[in-house]
Amino acid sequence: MKSAISQQRFNRDGEPQTYLNNGHGLRSWFLTKDHKRIAMLYLVSVAFFFAVGGIYALLIRINLLAPNGLFESDTYNRIFTTHGIIMVFFFLVPAVPAVLGNFLLPIMIGAKDLAFPKINLLSWYLYIFGAAFTVIAVIAGGVDTGWTFYTPYSSTYSNSNVLLAGVGIFIVGFSSILTGLNFIVTVHTMRAPGLTWFRLPLFVWANYATSLVIMLSTPVLAITVSLLAIERVAHVGIFDPAIGGDPVLFQHMFWFYSHPAVYIMVLPAMGVISELIANMSKKNVFGYKLVAMSSLAIGVFGFLVWGHHLFVSTQSVYLGIIFSFLSFAVAIPSAIKVFNWTATLFKGSISYDAPMLYGLGFIGLFLIGGMTGLFVAAVGLDVHLTDTYFVIAHFHYVMVGGSLMGFLGGMHLWWPKMTGRMYPEAWARAAMVIQFVGFNLTFFPQFILGYLGMPRRYATYPPEFQVLHIFSTAGATILAIGMAITICYLIWSLKKGQRATPNPWGAAGLEWMTTSPPPTENFYETPVVTWEAYDFTVVRPEDVTGMAAE
Amino acid sequence: MMIHKFLLGMSMLLPEQASSYAADVDNLYLFLVGLTVFFTVLITAAIVYFFVKFRRRANDPIPAHIEGSVLLESIWSIIPFIISLFIFAWGAKIYLEQYTIPNDATDIYVVGKQWMWKFQHPEGQREINEVHIPIGKKVRFVMASEDVIHSFYVPAFRMKEDVVPGPNRYSTVWCEPTMTGTFHIFCAEYCGTSHSAMIGTVTVMSEKDYQVWLSGGAQQGTMAERGAALFSQYGCVTCHKSDATGQCPKLEGIYGTEVLLEGGQKAVADDSYIRESVLSPMAKIVLGYKPLMPSFQGQVSEEQLQQLVAYIKSIGPAETPAAAPKAGAAAPAAKAPPIMMSGSPEPAPVAPTTTATTPSPAASSQPVQKR
Amino acid sequence: MSNKVKSDEHSSAHGHGGRHPRLVHHFDSMEQQNEAGNFGMWWFLLTEIMFFGGMFTAYTVYRHMYFDAFAAASGALDIRWGAFNTVVLITSSLTMALGVYHAQMGNNKKLTMFLLLTVLLGGVFLGVKYIEYSAKFTEHIFPAASNFQWPPYEKPVAGHAETQQLADPVFTGHVKIYFFLYFVLTGFHATHMIIGMGILLVLAWQSWKGKFSKEYHSYIELFGLYWHFVDIVWIFLFPLLYLVDRHL
Repeated sequence: MKSAISQQRFNRDGEPQTYLNNGHGLRSWFLTKDHKRIAMLYLVSVAFFFAVGGIYALLIRINLLAPNGLFESDTYNRIFTTHGIIMVFFFLVPAVPAVLGNFLLPIMIGAKDLAFPKINLLSWYLYIFGAAFTVIAVIAGGVDTGWTFYTPYSSTYSNSNVLLAGVGIFIVGFSSILTGLNFIVTVHTMRAPGLTWFRLPLFVWANYATSLVIMLSTPVLAITVSLLAIERVAHVGIFDPAIGGDPVLFQHMFWFYSHPAVYIMVLPAMGVISELIANMSKKNVFGYKLVAMSSLAIGVFGFLVWGHHLFVSTQSVYLGIIFSFLSFAVAIPSAIKVFNWTATLFKGSISYDAPMLYGLGFIGLFLIGGMTGLFVAAVGLDVHLTDTYFVIAHFHYVMVGGSLMGFLGGMHLWWPKMTGRMYPEAWARAAMVIQFVGFNLTFFPQFILGYLGMPRRYATYPPEFQVLHIFSTAGATILAIGMAITICYLIWSLKKGQRATPNPWGAAGLEWMTTSPPPTENFYETPVVTWEAYDFTVVRPEDVTGMAAE
Repeated sequence: MMIHKFLLGMSMLLPEQASSYAADVDNLYLFLVGLTVFFTVLITAAIVYFFVKFRRRANDPIPAHIEGSVLLESIWSIIPFIISLFIFAWGAKIYLEQYTIPNDATDIYVVGKQWMWKFQHPEGQREINEVHIPIGKKVRFVMASEDVIHSFYVPAFRMKEDVVPGPNRYSTVWCEPTMTGTFHIFCAEYCGTSHSAMIGTVTVMSEKDYQVWLSGGAQQGTMAERGAALFSQYGCVTCHKSDATGQCPKLEGIYGTEVLLEGGQKAVADDSYIRESVLSPMAKIVLGYKPLMPSFQGQVSEEQLQQLVAYIKSIGPAETPAAAPKAGAAAPAAKAPPIMMSGSPEPAPVAPTTTATTPSPAASSQPVQKR
Repeated sequence: MSNKVKSDEHSSAHGHGGRHPRLVHHFDSMEQQNEAGNFGMWWFLLTEIMFFGGMFTAYTVYRHMYFDAFAAASGALDIRWGAFNTVVLITSSLTMALGVYHAQMGNNKKLTMFLLLTVLLGGVFLGVKYIEYSAKFTEHIFPAASNFQWPPYEKPVAGHAETQQLADPVFTGHVKIYFFLYFVLTGFHATHMIIGMGILLVLAWQSWKGKFSKEYHSYIELFGLYWHFVDIVWIFLFPLLYLVDRHL
């Protein structure tokens, strides 16, 4: 296979052919079937919702500066609900798969596109459509049930826009189902010649496992919110205790989706981290097969642990113990990943660039998120911890420290590939450090708050908790500044950034063997893979420097 | 000195240990904190060391390919697995302790509603958003919700359980306070607008203070007496006759015993059973009786239901029968102390409100029960 | 689903030598393209199983909790209509299968006929469903109606004479849960039928226009899978809803 730089073709204006300049104007974007353009559509929408969710997070933190709260309780309830719904369904679930996965998965397996390009575009429209319902629900006064929609509060007692938000979540669920379907079929049927399953990059493995989870769990969320919505409209339903319905059944059905959803959010980010660690240290991932299989194991075990959200919900004691046991089973594959990533660094050639900093930040934060997972899986301890700030801190360490760090790390690693421009390295490193510090200052105090008994979803609280809340709010401010810096320099780099070579990091993987940005069909000739994953000996120097070989 | 300071510092990071199992929970917590610190330091040290030692230098050669190591990977799969099993067992042990209701506990009846906690003592005292209990006595909280799901949480006791609306069950949870003082009660399950105002206090008193406190209020008789009044007010007494000549089962002596049902099943006549029988009489029909009883759903409030339960309990068997209930997974027929009745061991008179100050800690003959 | 049916407009304009005109640009061969379609359809049906599975789980839980109410309420359904509809749907699966056969033979006329026959049978099913639904309204056993009453208005119910005579609000509540599940399950099933019939009409139109051939008919096969799936859901629904505790 010839080097990407020597294959580069040029259009009539003498510009390199890329997916970005293959068609201009709104039609060429909004009716595109190119997975890379759809990924960019997703990037813009996901970034928008991340910003909105982030603003709501700041409002939460501002309210909690004072024990009596700065907002009315009712307002505060709507704020944290909106924060939860937007961050979970409109940022965390789609962020890595729909943006990075969409862009990279076909390129990484040497395909021209995903198997069903129109369905891919449809999934973005469903996302926007679902988001529109949710935005209308928020503008029309908001929702005050918490993102978990527990019955009978959500079905009977709340007088906020539960129905609209439920419809939005129902629709956006189908968006992710279609993305998952596309990924699974693509990985099964469209791998390049020679690209066997165990030559796949771990990012592909992670997205594959994620897609399995999406496809098997999201329909259950769809039916659960449907039943909730019907109950709200018809004023009769199976979760209504007044006619003998069991509200706890709703929790079982909800968490049957929403616990696997945690893995939907974090597994793709783990895939990103495998790529970051390997490529930025020029080492193959230590124990490739075990890391790949651990993704699948996490996906499978993830389906068996939903009941650990119901330890105090009056479910049977024995059920609680069984779910506790199964929850510990998920800890093992996660632990394996952390150890293997660390071992990958051994005798590597470790770069200090921003993607690596994000990768290492991920390991540290995910480690704490994972270890505190043991606290809440230990059933007797969880009785004290559940529904307190300890749980809040735990899942933010996994979701923000894990998924968000992974997403940002991946965005930095592949930014040159996606946009053809380098981001400013010094700014990126500084922003990462600021985010890391801000994050820990925000959420570490919440572990202590939680153990002291501060319940979640409290608009007001006893005054002895104030000091720790102030620390947390200060951290959130720092975190927000870090995020703002990243958004600014990334936008800046679109125009002013240095042009990227096909392989600026000297990384391994098919996506680095095509031009930056890639052409519409990704490759000028179908690649034939004769090497294992993360083989850095096949990296061609001219792709790294951007100079054609003599 | 250092250790002392350290312990003092740690104690600020833990709530008071005010119940018998609080220390157990804290020990597991502190063990896990230690474990987390250990692994965090281990991994961080490894990362920092590699990060510095193997930093990229100009003209680095491509690092050697290292496939992985079955031995190493087995080690760091198996060790976490063993540690996990250990933590699991520890956590499960505490859980069983928290949710196995001892059979010598005194009952306090709790009703959660948007947005307050209402308490009734068997002796008749009623409280809102605060509850007084004696130190060193096991207390069982029998809880029901009038509207949405609430969660009864006392951080100082490390005690929490959801209170779920519906006709089928009471939520029960117990504690044994070990420290006098006033502690927070929180509602831990989001329940609507004023969720964060659904808070209160539990005051643990010395036995002497508690007796003084008990004799202070309660002008309307004990719970059982009020229940007896309701029993006649709602006409229950016309069918459930004490001489078993009525159309419905005799209720004297039934509490805590096993009841044979139509269709061959059995049920233990505990608090939840009695409540369900009032609200949903068709659910479990006693063998040999016709399904004649109408439902009282919507007519009897949760607090009244609890009074009725207390009444049925008060006319329960004076001794746990020798053929004690052994149905259910874990109901060993514990030798329960005799019930100390307020007046006579006979069924409480139909007439309500005799005396106000009868100290009758109606100790439960409730067998050990698990949800 | 409906989207996938149309994604063949994507036909290759690249003029690669030897490419089938229906081969989309990003696939290398027809085999690959058909395999992707097939694989995708099976996965889609798996998500459908999970979707209905959620409702079946709820049904199982409540049937276990409130068996008597479920048995009594089930007695209010007309078993004859249910059985008739079962036969209708199984027949429609047969006509669909025959349609697939003729698609494989490249016989467009017969294909069109069998597709239309399948639509017709689907229509009969929905018509019967309409009759059954409206009976629930007149008998006041539509769960969301304010005039809900049990036992049903002017209609004797088979069996369980003793328990149903009592106007017990709790028992009535359990009956409501049964009818809620009845309407939700059959409603979602009917929605799937309606969507399927819409797609069938499109396919019949395309087949009439001679779009399919021996080499190119994978949409017919894929749709056949969907239609059989919807049929199978009914095979589960009929005994679960109509035959609770019935005896000959």
